[in-house]
Amino acid sequence: MFGTVLVANRGEIARRVFRACRALGLRTLAVYSEADRGALHVRDADAAVEIGGAPARESYLNAERILEAAREAGADAIHPGYGFLSESWRFAEAVQRAGIVFIGPRPDAIRKMGDKIQARRLMSAAGVSVLPGSFDAVADVAGAEAIAREVGYPIILKAAAGGGGIGMARVDKPGDLGAAFAAANRRAQAAFGTGELYVERYLERPRHVEVQVFGDDAGTVVHMHERECSIQRRHQKLVEESPAPGLPAATKTGLTAAAVAGARAIGYTNAGTMEFLVDESGGFYFLEMNARLQVEHPVTEEVTGLDLVVAQLRAAAGEPLPWPQSEIVQRRAAIECRVYAEDPSKGFLPSPGTVQRLELPSGDGIRIESGVEAGSTVSVHYDPLLLKLIAYGATRAKAIERLADALDRCTIEGVRTTLPFLRRVVASAEFRQGRVHTQMLEQGAFNA
Amino acid sequence: MPEEIKAHITGVVFQITTKPGDRVAAGDAVIVLESMKMEIPVEAPRAGAVKEIKVQEGQTVQEGDVVAVLE
Repeated sequence: MFGTVLVANRGEIARRVFRACRALGLRTLAVYSEADRGALHVRDADAAVEIGGAPARESYLNAERILEAAREAGADAIHPGYGFLSESWRFAEAVQRAGIVFIGPRPDAIRKMGDKIQARRLMSAAGVSVLPGSFDAVADVAGAEAIAREVGYPIILKAAAGGGGIGMARVDKPGDLGAAFAAANRRAQAAFGTGELYVERYLERPRHVEVQVFGDDAGTVVHMHERECSIQRRHQKLVEESPAPGLPAATKTGLTAAAVAGARAIGYTNAGTMEFLVDESGGFYFLEMNARLQVEHPVTEEVTGLDLVVAQLRAAAGEPLPWPQSEIVQRRAAIECRVYAEDPSKGFLPSPGTVQRLELPSGDGIRIESGVEAGSTVSVHYDPLLLKLIAYGATRAKAIERLADALDRCTIEGVRTTLPFLRRVVASAEFRQGRVHTQMLEQGAFNA
Repeated sequence: MPEEIKAHITGVVFQITTKPGDRVAAGDAVIVLESMKMEIPVEAPRAGAVKEIKVQEGQTVQEGDVVAVLE
């Protein structure tokens, strides 16, 4: 096992990883930007190194500076958290070259899954169903048109280097393809440095269901069941839960088997998530793989009773998986709500500022992962996630009851938050009946 | 009548999408701000010509700051 673990991240996820390190008796090292001098995650760690200016590219995306900090402070492992450098195969490779352990999958697996077209090809070859569409980048509008004619409209254009919904465009008819292609190409170029696009059939009202997988160096891969994450804005999740309500048994079995087969096919190690879209008849299609720890991993932890981050540390140290598939059981229901500094009444516009007051619930079946306290500054430079509220219980109904109560007992002042929206979701008949799909927000569900 | 276009949110100027003299329609993005990983266009409130851009790429602006002026 390692001596010192550097966490190349901030906010709640840095604190979550530190907690796992402490559980294993490991020394913790924080890195932070100028803007985060007073941040909670800095005080949480045994030691901390300032790595640069407030903009992420000067600090949390500055791989060289982070490696330097690791060497200076004698860290022998780096956990990337999520976002920032977590899915940069170049960073993972640089960490390894520096003689430091990267706590995550091998660079090669990150690279394969980061190229979304290659991921489609690899998964399809492994027998995992993917949406009809292109298996190569489409060179131009004519190329996109040919594929679109084959698979039928509506289609969706996606960036090969994509993720997080950037550079995606729905196209309903051939006449719209030219403009949409140009716009998506420009957006992808600006965000990822490559404008490569591919085409997939667009599904109406699908559910987003994902499967947590975990692999070790010996080649064992297990799944840790599914998470339902359909309630999203801008293709980013707001509410996640497990088990997925009302998921047909055959779909669930198919999903988990496909996730394991896909991960095994690329020799996946450590924690990862296979994301799928599920259509109204229970058919499912591979969407992408997130080669890292997910924001919503606590849902799986509360359902299975297993600690994913401790397992990540152990697996990265070369230990075999601590649990066989048969011991990974959904023991109860858990639901997570993401509390962002965003104004739901203004289209989820970011709301930077200072948290003036923060009161959080506690009690049976409540878990909170927070990166802020009263007095914390919510900067324009980073993702606006303030905290995650997780409720669990023996049944989904019990988890919902606890969640509704916990949301009512949250008070955050100083910045606008998604709390009012989350309360409306949890009170809604659609959510309570598990009748959710990924386009609900755009269609005005849960409006005040 | 010149009209000031103000930022509706605190953020960093990500991209300047127009220049003085450009004609814009109501709702066109004059500049794009970045805040908390989101790109947020600051839109022209009415049609007109851009008279002046008051900010530079990379600059931090506060909510209510004037970012551009329409003729």
